[in-house]
Amino acid sequence: MTIANVLLVDDEVGFVETMTKRLTKRNLSVTAAHSGKDALKVLDDNETIEVVILDVKMPGMDGIETLREIKTRFPLTEVIMLTGHATVETGIEGMKLGAFDYLMKPCDMDVLMEKVGEGAAKKRGHEDKIVQARVKEITNRRA
Amino acid sequence: MKADNGHHDTHYYNALTRRMIGIIIVVSITPMLLVAGVIYSQFHDSYKEKVYAHLGELVLKHRQNIDNFLTEKLNNIRFMAEALDVEELNNERVLREKLKILQEEYGTVFEDLGFVNHEGLQVAYAGSLKLENARYSGAEWFLKALENEYYISDVFMGLRGFPHFIVTVRGGTDEEPWVLRATINFMAFNALVQKIRIGKTGFAFILNRQGQYQTEPAFDALPSIQQYSEYFLTRNPSSHSNVRIMEKEDSAGRVNLYVGALLKGGDWLMVYQQHSEDAYADLQHAQKIIILILLVGIIGIVTMSVLLSGRMVSRMSFIDREKEMMNQQVIETGKLASVGQLAAGIAHEINNPVAIMVEEAGWIQDLLEEEEFAAGKNLEEFQRALLQIGTQGRRCKEITHKLLSFARKTDSRIHDVRVNEMIDELVELSAQRARYAGVEIITRFQKDLPLLKVSETEFQQVMLNLINNALDAMEKKGGLLKISTSLEGEEMVIEVADNGPGIPKSNLARIFDPFFTTKPVGKGTGLGLSICYGIVKKMGGEVDVKSVMDHGTTFHIRLPVIQD
Repeated sequence: MTIANVLLVDDEVGFVETMTKRLTKRNLSVTAAHSGKDALKVLDDNETIEVVILDVKMPGMDGIETLREIKTRFPLTEVIMLTGHATVETGIEGMKLGAFDYLMKPCDMDVLMEKVGEGAAKKRGHEDKIVQARVKEITNRRA
Repeated sequence: MKADNGHHDTHYYNALTRRMIGIIIVVSITPMLLVAGVIYSQFHDSYKEKVYAHLGELVLKHRQNIDNFLTEKLNNIRFMAEALDVEELNNERVLREKLKILQEEYGTVFEDLGFVNHEGLQVAYAGSLKLENARYSGAEWFLKALENEYYISDVFMGLRGFPHFIVTVRGGTDEEPWVLRATINFMAFNALVQKIRIGKTGFAFILNRQGQYQTEPAFDALPSIQQYSEYFLTRNPSSHSNVRIMEKEDSAGRVNLYVGALLKGGDWLMVYQQHSEDAYADLQHAQKIIILILLVGIIGIVTMSVLLSGRMVSRMSFIDREKEMMNQQVIETGKLASVGQLAAGIAHEINNPVAIMVEEAGWIQDLLEEEEFAAGKNLEEFQRALLQIGTQGRRCKEITHKLLSFARKTDSRIHDVRVNEMIDELVELSAQRARYAGVEIITRFQKDLPLLKVSETEFQQVMLNLINNALDAMEKKGGLLKISTSLEGEEMVIEVADNGPGIPKSNLARIFDPFFTTKPVGKGTGLGLSICYGIVKKMGGEVDVKSVMDHGTTFHIRLPVIQD
């Protein structure tokens, strides 16, 4: 059993490969995507993805756009933004759009692991609440 | 290239100066010459006219005098001839009596009287010479006297051997005429004409039809007078009342003014002669004055044009140089802006490879934790090296982040700014530079300052500019940079004081001017302080500067504190 199902999105192939290895070694199940569109496709096919690690600056569909799309279509999926350079504006914008957190590249592995764990927990918490609510609904209906 | 340019410029400015001098001289001197020329020629003409009129009048008057003199003498003799009969005229005693009366009346003008019969024999004579019974039958005057009722002879030597002329009256019958003659003293007559003297060279004389002198000219050496006399004499005698004036060069090469008038019924010609330059002496005086004025004027104009053009061109070249410098600085500024953009781009691009490198190092570190490597003897070295790679990677990240945050567009949105904290940050940022410059930065903050509502990035820019300027100023000798904040009523006062070399008074008024810089080209844009000034003004504040040479410079920024 892995800690979490993670989707890593970055246009830098080398970065994605190494990070995949490192995260896998830390007991995460990692799926890789190299663009915003790819990421959405993966999310469509694989409902088990819990946390998306998303680079802000990408050619084509950029991080903010992708984030917006993910949040409308998969509202429960948590997104951690990776920015090349920390600007208050991008950070604030990302948070407003529902990102779980943002980190600066290159980031400390421990911090990232911590955030991923929190994100996955949050998602699971949400899902549990939904399940419980459903159960409650069904039991109430029966009663 | 630069020297070439300089040479070209000198050439250009010299040509410009020459052209300006030329134009000023032509434009100023031409009208002056024209006016002087026109006035002089008008004056010349009218003065000449006046001289002509004056001389004509003079000659006419004197001719009249001489004519009168001759007529008077003739009338005397006529009267005598009519008053006395032949017997009395034939009587020497009577003649002597008459001569005595005439001489009493007219002085020595009448020299003698004689009565000549038709055969030319002087039958009676009264006078100082012994001329009784002199024979004149062949003499020219006697033949003329017989032809005319009255006759005045030309001057001649005659029997007595000195110049004289004779006035005669014919009487008696046609078959047996007689002639009463009187000799007029030449000296008396001569004096009449000789007394006509004007200026230094003006004099008069009388010529007969043969061009012989009838009076002694005051100056001799008039060899070519013949031709003029001929010219005058060929004139119609009926026009004798007219005066003729002409100017001609004589054989000596001098221009003379000749005024001629006929007299004695056209037999004689009175000529007045004067050197032209003498006659026009006043005109020449005027000419000299005009030339002097022109010379002074021309010298004045030339001097002025040279000075003025020189000054104007040097001013122009100064302005051109300034303009060129400003252009240079604008280009420099543009270059700097594009370099800034380039730096931002590069910083961003470098960030990704650095991230990958750090991750790869991290991956190796992960792998080293596997058991198979745990026993490796160089494990510690590997780990140290990887740690180092991680540390240096983070350092790279910090550098690129700083570059990016200062190169990106300024954000003019208004935030609540904690002034003290922000200044601290900036001081930290400048710490490295300050250390190299040997400058110690001291901050004195008033605690619990209210938040300032300004654009953070713009405020950072102002403060960083002032700090950098202070560091630049103290770069050579090191020093102390004091930054303090305080609250004065509704205003926050930020003071940046250095103890560098100070700003010269002449520059102090210009330091906020755009493009004013004392740094060498390429080092400063001259924009820093003007941007600061603009920003502080926009924030509704004031910035001022105080500087004492060798003691340092202090900038004060006053910003209004807006309470919610």
